[in-house]
Amino acid sequence: MTDADTLTALRHLDEQAFTTLVEKNQQQMIRIASLYVSTRASAEEVTQETWLAVLRQLDQFEGRSSLKSWIFRILINRAITRAKKEGRTIVLSALSNEEASGDEPAVDPSRFLPDTHPRWPGHWSDAPQPWTPETDLLGTEVRSLLAAAIESLPPVQRQVITFRDVEGIDSREVCNVLGITETNQRVLLHRARAKVRNALEQYFREK
Amino acid sequence: MIVTENALPEDLACKEAVELFSDYLDGALSEELSALCEAHLRECSPCVTYLDQLRITVRSLRVLVMNGLPDEVKQTLLVRFREFKSQ
Repeated sequence: MTDADTLTALRHLDEQAFTTLVEKNQQQMIRIASLYVSTRASAEEVTQETWLAVLRQLDQFEGRSSLKSWIFRILINRAITRAKKEGRTIVLSALSNEEASGDEPAVDPSRFLPDTHPRWPGHWSDAPQPWTPETDLLGTEVRSLLAAAIESLPPVQRQVITFRDVEGIDSREVCNVLGITETNQRVLLHRARAKVRNALEQYFREK
Repeated sequence: MIVTENALPEDLACKEAVELFSDYLDGALSEELSALCEAHLRECSPCVTYLDQLRITVRSLRVLVMNGLPDEVKQTLLVRFREFKSQ
């Protein structure tokens, strides 16, 4: 079903179209709302409210973005409003500049030879060791490690990696939904991925 | 140290290459930078390992997604939908 088909069906209050849309997006929306509000229950409520807002505001959708982007923007606005009520303040664009600025190397600089090295300046001195292939990357232990690594990221990096790599949303859509620039998005994603990789590396080294 | 379009070096040090791999994986680099990465990777097995690990990291993040909608949530939403419809 294209966005246009879904819209037409929704405007006719077609229950099947609504259910399909909910089933496709609900879990993802709850996870996204959880990035902002304090509890899972609160995220579920925000998501429910969003669906009703979507139904009420359907006539205002102008098709300038995808239907999904539009729904996510309603969701995020509501989640931010709720977060503020819960005493959690979020200023995304300013934070995004802050988190994307400065020098934050992907890998600890001490793992490379100095720039003054006569033969191999800036090359690995402490090279990454291949991870043991038999380790179950889908196992509970790695899953909780990944979740904890994401949890410990600065807020906008956490959101960008969640949208892009956990949820698989494309970069244009992520910039659109979060209201951040493409350049910042790339930097934030790069930094977030590097940190999560480092956390996995640490885990494999200690194993 | 940061490699950009405006200051393309002849080749990359590992320290510079690792800063480009996230964009490289996404196909978000220019042809020139992408070619520099590939040239570096042909010569440098530790960076191949690093890139593989980054790829594994990105792929494994997808498993954090849990799908399926609990029935009661669906039911509540349907009730709200029907209420909305009857208004």
